[in-house]
Amino acid sequence: MSNPPSASPTDIARRGEAIEILPGVHWIGALDPALRAFDIILRTANGTTYNAYLVRGSHGVAVIDTVKAEFADEFFARLESVADYDEIEVIVLNHLEPDHTGALPELMRRAPQARLHISSRAPAMLKALLKPREEDPLEYRTADTGDEVSLGERTLRFLHTPFLHWPDTQCTYLVEDGVLFSGDVFGCHHCDSRMFNDRCADFRFAFDYYYAHIMRPFKTHVMDALKLIEPLALKIIAPTHGPILRDRPRRYLTRYRELSSASFAERIGNEDPTLVVFYMSSYGNTARMAEAVCAGAEEAGARVSLYDLEGGEIQPFVDLIETADALAFGSPTINGDAVKPIWDLLSSLAVVDLKGKLGAAFGSYGWTGEAVRMIEDRMRGLKMRVPVAGLRIKLIPTDEELEECREFGRALASAIVSGEKGRVIDFADLG
Amino acid sequence: MAKAKITFTDIDQTVNVPAGTRVIEVSEKIGAGIIYGCREGDCGTCMMHVEEGWNNLTEPSVLEEKVLRENMASRHDRLACQAQILGDCRVKPA
Repeated sequence: MSNPPSASPTDIARRGEAIEILPGVHWIGALDPALRAFDIILRTANGTTYNAYLVRGSHGVAVIDTVKAEFADEFFARLESVADYDEIEVIVLNHLEPDHTGALPELMRRAPQARLHISSRAPAMLKALLKPREEDPLEYRTADTGDEVSLGERTLRFLHTPFLHWPDTQCTYLVEDGVLFSGDVFGCHHCDSRMFNDRCADFRFAFDYYYAHIMRPFKTHVMDALKLIEPLALKIIAPTHGPILRDRPRRYLTRYRELSSASFAERIGNEDPTLVVFYMSSYGNTARMAEAVCAGAEEAGARVSLYDLEGGEIQPFVDLIETADALAFGSPTINGDAVKPIWDLLSSLAVVDLKGKLGAAFGSYGWTGEAVRMIEDRMRGLKMRVPVAGLRIKLIPTDEELEECREFGRALASAIVSGEKGRVIDFADLG
Repeated sequence: MAKAKITFTDIDQTVNVPAGTRVIEVSEKIGAGIIYGCREGDCGTCMMHVEEGWNNLTEPSVLEEKVLRENMASRHDRLACQAQILGDCRVKPA
């Protein structure tokens, strides 16, 4: 049931048929070229694809992932072009998010004999998704790294790769053919009916953008997953969104490793604790405070960076924050609030892992001075520690008050140092 | 108030806490690798492995036991959002 060799993938995709990746291995997903915003937060300039796959073995057929519910008809048409429902023995779900499981209930109805294979972290989510009745419990098998399912001459081997980007995520490796069905890892929102990376438009920016928004908060888990994936003999990476990566697939592993690699300090071999100070200042008073805070922190051994938010874009600052040990924000109070650029930056940190970072706030004010406390509350909400109480100075700082600012910087830098490994910290000092 | 030490072995950090503190209250502030979802004992995201001091945490509730079972928890795994620290223990992400 392979496609005629003369037909291009685009022709096949348009005809609603499966696209052959290898003999007996087909793409049976769906194209969504009109999509412009995915999950509210992600933009895409040319849509996305929901990739599902079918693997034929001598002892049955496996379906790997499905599609978003509204694209189920397209998925089933493609599936029917290469297999009958009664041949399906195995359904693998690498990730249970609805864009990959929308067609699952109907697939289970059409192929009731097929057994579900999910990761060991997925059962609760599967039950929440399908809401089985008590008298009709779900049947499934859970997989950990190294577990296998035989399709006869072909074998599916599972890799436990949690938090890429949900707790339930896993990858499935087709051992004999070197194909990694990777789930959302190595995916991107790029809809191109030519389907293979060696035929598609240049989608590198979409690949990096997807990583930045989906995988970046889970860098540690990306590195753990790469340890499992890199030793594999890899011919093709088949993700659940975007092009199938058959031309030099290892390039994409290398890119993930680059994007997930350690902080700037580790890259340059400098282990000094790092503090980044951002500020806005209307009359120069908060700016003078910022300079004094930096001077104090440097005296106490921190490597300090000082930036005026008025002079930069948000994104590079987010990158700086990701690699810093501690952050300090200086803001005047205007109309009872911190100024907007501070909030713009503090609301752009969802993709950064902030756990364990230290935060501090300071600012000059005219007559109310709420900004400092509000910034501190926001940082605590982001799971940062605020070890040094915020510093507010009315209008123009005196020399004594600038010394307070230096002491504030010294205290903050000392708190970074006291957080070093192996030391016992008191709960009350966590702030 | 009685105190206890909890060590997060993935980041090699120890915190001295009042007995009865939930692990979740400490782990995020200190930057341990345990990831949280619902924070109310339902989703199983925050499963952690207790390397030492299993008996120094409060007993799991019936609901926590159920979630642990559903998430294929191994022996000495707990939910960090539920377990309260009673004595010294060492934990890491499951």
